Amino acid sequence: MILSGADIVVRTLIEQGCDVVFGYPGGQIIHVYDSLYKYRDELTHVLTAHEQGASHAADGYARTTGKVGVVIATSGPGATNLVTGIATAYLDSVPMVAITGNVLSSHLGSDSFQEIDITGITLPITKHNYVVGCVEELADTIREAFKIASSGRPGPVLIDIPKDIQMAKCDYEPQAPSVPDERRQADDNRIREAAECIATSERPFIYFGGGLISSNAEDELLELADLIDAPLGCSLMGISGIPTDHPRFLGMQGMHGHYASSIAMHRADCIISLGVRFNDRVTGNREKFAKNSKIIHIDVDSSELSKIISPAHAIRGDVKVSLRKLIDNLSPIKHEEWWKTVDSLREEEAKNTDKREGMTPFRIIETLNDYLKPETPIATDVGQHQMWAAQYLNFKSSRKFITSGGLGTMGFGMGAAIGAQMGTGEHAVLVTGDGSFGMTLQELSTAVSYKIPLVIVLLNNGVLGMVRQWQTLFFDKHYSNTILERKTDFVPLIKAFGGEGVRATSIEELKTSLEKAFSYEGPYLIECVIDKDEFVLPMLPPGGAIDDIIVKEDDLRA
Amino acid sequence: MHEFTMAVLVKNKYGVLNRVTSMFRRRRFNIRSLSVSETETDEFSRITVTSFGDDTEKRQLADQLSKLEDVCVVRELTAKDSVGFELLLIKIRNDPENRPAVRDTADSYGAETVDYTRDSVILKLTGSTRRISAFIDLMRDFSILEICRTGVASLERGNTTIRQVKI
Repeated sequence: MILSGADIVVRTLIEQGCDVVFGYPGGQIIHVYDSLYKYRDELTHVLTAHEQGASHAADGYARTTGKVGVVIATSGPGATNLVTGIATAYLDSVPMVAITGNVLSSHLGSDSFQEIDITGITLPITKHNYVVGCVEELADTIREAFKIASSGRPGPVLIDIPKDIQMAKCDYEPQAPSVPDERRQADDNRIREAAECIATSERPFIYFGGGLISSNAEDELLELADLIDAPLGCSLMGISGIPTDHPRFLGMQGMHGHYASSIAMHRADCIISLGVRFNDRVTGNREKFAKNSKIIHIDVDSSELSKIISPAHAIRGDVKVSLRKLIDNLSPIKHEEWWKTVDSLREEEAKNTDKREGMTPFRIIETLNDYLKPETPIATDVGQHQMWAAQYLNFKSSRKFITSGGLGTMGFGMGAAIGAQMGTGEHAVLVTGDGSFGMTLQELSTAVSYKIPLVIVLLNNGVLGMVRQWQTLFFDKHYSNTILERKTDFVPLIKAFGGEGVRATSIEELKTSLEKAFSYEGPYLIECVIDKDEFVLPMLPPGGAIDDIIVKEDDLRA
Repeated sequence: MHEFTMAVLVKNKYGVLNRVTSMFRRRRFNIRSLSVSETETDEFSRITVTSFGDDTEKRQLADQLSKLEDVCVVRELTAKDSVGFELLLIKIRNDPENRPAVRDTADSYGAETVDYTRDSVILKLTGSTRRISAFIDLMRDFSILEICRTGVASLERGNTTIRQVKI
């Protein structure tokens, strides 16, 4: 059938299995929006308050569903407003397709009104990007973009479509949705060598990240852990990959990782690393990282295998299929001595747990845990609240913790929570702080318009807490620009947006508020006022090694 | 640390060179030389890049190149298994005092005079990177006005091809 380019965009999105897209209209994408109107029964478009919110929503949608998230924006500022969202998705390997309009092909390069070189701008933050040259290439470009976004290590792809391409017509025939490339097989010899290394180790430790979740290898992970009797730890991106209360799980690694997890990994003689990239927030001082361990590193992206550390066994391959092969090469082993060590580390960690009563971060998150269903997706923003959420939240199933790990994007949470809610259909939660929330709270309007069931737990300490923590520890308490002298009253604010909200001043009040919040069909904000000098602990000072770990507040105040 | 040469077969599309060099810049690779050319088909262009680093950096360079969608093949060309040449154009002040010495040096390297005026001479030399660098070094005894060198053009020896064309 003969269709316009704009119609082809929408028809191809539908063909690719898209049911919801996020975006914001404008002059150079107006034809696509006309087609969205025409096909509104087949494809839902969610209008956000700002393009950045739309990009984070597409991201949250993709992280919770595993499908490709789609965001649409106009040229110029519309396109540049996507940049933070695209970069966030790129750093966390989230499959996303961003579609932007642009000026007429004949006007490209002449600094026309709202013209910007968005493919140039997004070159380093996309897996690939396109300027569509003619309408005949349009459908196949979108198909290819879906394939690239979801193949191997996922990531964002941008398609820039000049206005004349949206208006031009050509034949369109629907096709089956693009399938990702076949899972990359690991080399059998490498697998055998790694299996031998595991079989001869006495203190194995499994460390997994976002790559494990992208590969859907959660079952294989637990099977391997049982087989070789190993404890498990994860990166920030691996959280929710396995149930938090799993007896083998020691928690998150890294700068604010769990004590037992970090120390156990440090003492292990063999670290089996799955879909991780040894970010500096995990390794601390690279020179001193895991000096006494043999590292097995499995990743679908071979460039990760030689980027930060030199593993003893580098295996390029899909995590799921590699784990299956690895399991087939191993026999059951027991490590009773190792577990004695691990258990004693856990006891030590338990001693240092923050047991204060009242509105402490730990008690707030602990209370929130009681109201979560296994299916509840929880988004966060970035900062102290994010680390507390990562440390204390209880997850029961995978793809439920939606956080900006790599880029650390304050303002990610509101959009991401909306996308996560739309992707799952579940009542979603956003744990945020007053700093981050202030960056993108205009998306409350979106949550109200679309009646998004969303519980917003706002930890309000009146400061930019994470920077303040650093200033306390490393900058002689010079609180440069981290004290928010704002008069924002968040409860009337959300009411003005058309949502509901309440301030909780005690754990009891928090409980009643959560009760109400989870039965409210829209955004419901619970403001929890906390002390401005709460610390995220443990803490590995930046560039420090494992021996520098700060465990208790007493160590700090001394 | 050692120097190495990579041949990169890329799709012959608008903007590909920019994608490749943008990656080099962002990842802070040391690039000694880079040359781009057409190939035996319209479908592909060929980029030859020389860089230096340890084995890990070499692997990183190849891996990061391979991740670009428009990159089809990345192959290291070793000195042993490949032939590689550069073209040099060098403009020297045509100084009567040095004229015989310049000519002698040029002759012993087989450099050809491609332009000759009262004030300047342009010499052309093809050869390995090392040979060309050695020649430039000798020319520093005279007054060099301008240098342009192409970067390496390199092919594997024997019947292997980067596209694995059947013979």
